[in-house]
Amino acid sequence: MEPSILAQQTVNGLVLGTSYGLIAIGYTMVYGIIGMINFAHGEIYMVSAYLTAIFLAVLASFGITSVPFTLVVVLAATICVTALHGWFLERIAYRPLRNSTRLAPLITAIGLSLVLQNYVRLSQGARSQGIPTLLQGSFAIPIDSHGNLIRITHVQTLIVIVALLSMAVLTFIMHRTSLGRACRATEQDRIMASLLGIDTDRVIAIVFIIGAAMAAIAGVLVSLNYGSFDFHIGFVTGIKAFTAAVLGGIGSLPGAMLGGLILGLAESFFAGFVNSDYKDVFAFSLLVLILIFRPSGLLGQPQITKV
Amino acid sequence: MAETPSHREPILELKNVSSHYGPVRALEGVSLTVHQGEIVTLIGANGAGKSTLLMTLFANPRATVGEVFFAGTKITHLPTHRVSPLGLALVPEGRRIFPGMTVIENMELGRTALGQQRQKVNLEFLYNLFPILKERRGQKAGTLSGGEQQMLAIARALMSQPRLLLLDEPSLGLAPMMIRKIFALIQTIVQSGTTVFLVEQNANQALQIADRGYVLVNGQIRLTGTGHELLTNPEVRQAYLGKLTHRE
Repeated sequence: MEPSILAQQTVNGLVLGTSYGLIAIGYTMVYGIIGMINFAHGEIYMVSAYLTAIFLAVLASFGITSVPFTLVVVLAATICVTALHGWFLERIAYRPLRNSTRLAPLITAIGLSLVLQNYVRLSQGARSQGIPTLLQGSFAIPIDSHGNLIRITHVQTLIVIVALLSMAVLTFIMHRTSLGRACRATEQDRIMASLLGIDTDRVIAIVFIIGAAMAAIAGVLVSLNYGSFDFHIGFVTGIKAFTAAVLGGIGSLPGAMLGGLILGLAESFFAGFVNSDYKDVFAFSLLVLILIFRPSGLLGQPQITKV
Repeated sequence: MAETPSHREPILELKNVSSHYGPVRALEGVSLTVHQGEIVTLIGANGAGKSTLLMTLFANPRATVGEVFFAGTKITHLPTHRVSPLGLALVPEGRRIFPGMTVIENMELGRTALGQQRQKVNLEFLYNLFPILKERRGQKAGTLSGGEQQMLAIARALMSQPRLLLLDEPSLGLAPMMIRKIFALIQTIVQSGTTVFLVEQNANQALQIADRGYVLVNGQIRLTGTGHELLTNPEVRQAYLGKLTHRE
């Protein structure tokens, strides 16, 4: 095992993992609060990739060249518009089904996912889209005396920093603010929360908004890193992030982050040392194994069903 | 025994209320009144509709017939989360504390009904009532004993400084010592100016501290009177105070 490959794949895995973690947050929070897997969440991520391209083009058309300014504006605008999509989906598709059977919102989510794909396909075209490289350059770190290097691009550094920062901010909100307290209360006992005066419909809408915003952060960063995408990317990435959420323990916020990192690293090592064509197979085999041996995930609590 | 304080303002008034769980009728034409400053108790067997009556005040389920008034405001069709800000607080059946959150977080959530006004809640007053909660304030609520959880549920309700405190079987599943403690607490709470509506299966103890009481049978009010009248009523004695009193 080549140590330089190991080091390089660790870096790549961490970058990949933080983006999975960001998207996994949306799955895990929505599941935690209404017990539903929002399969349209991957498409929210896909939408944010397109929004990134659109906002970059808009800024370019105004002749703005400042990279930090562009980054901040594109990130903020994409987060806002993507969050609006998340809120809108909850409002029109999930809230009316709040008291129906468990399967109804699940099927709706799959339907919405198709709707979103085709909405993007029709408005943006079916061909894959590219965005210009915004942030160039990298730095190299020597890891031994033979001149072996690991290379970390500035975009990769940016991804890890922004992702960790957003997770820290989210953790702070959930544990230190009254909004976060209301979210956790609604998650644990929705009826009791409303008896105490918490508007649980509003809390659920906010959770969808937070989830979409986190996916948007991932969408912007990953698009900047890869430079191209199409209307299909939401599916595989969404399922991977879902795997990360299950791996960490669905419903657990630190679990989503941890699950993302582990999945990213596992996938990256498999691609580096075994076979990069089968890395998706490996990721999903991992999902199967977790579901068999630890269905509640690494940080999740086993569900106790009251009869 | 206390007279019916009819000269006082009614704080809670149910007029001919019926409610349903799907097709099943849980309450039928219930009318009752609670006046400011009273302890009023509602007694009845398991399944008589006692908890449903309390939940109907919070529109969960909504009354299908009849009207509910709180301090003169009609609340029959208010969304659940808009009820407690008016000044009602419920200590529900089974306590329903948030087990994964700390004692102090549970209490802070009780303050939600006060909204943005952020009044200084007298934590010291509550900690005096419940010294154990001060000791355990950083602990997860799920690790408390049953009696402590009941105290937390009451403290959480009091955090909203309610005008009317609704208690759903606070003695259920507790040791006799703890039950005496809880009933003594209820009397202290009333003395501090909060009106109390107490739902109990433990009829003996509830009627002893109550100004007035109602007896609920199959979703209908069967009897009403002062606590003393009901304690000495032969029907009540036979059904609720006989051998069956300590069936828990």
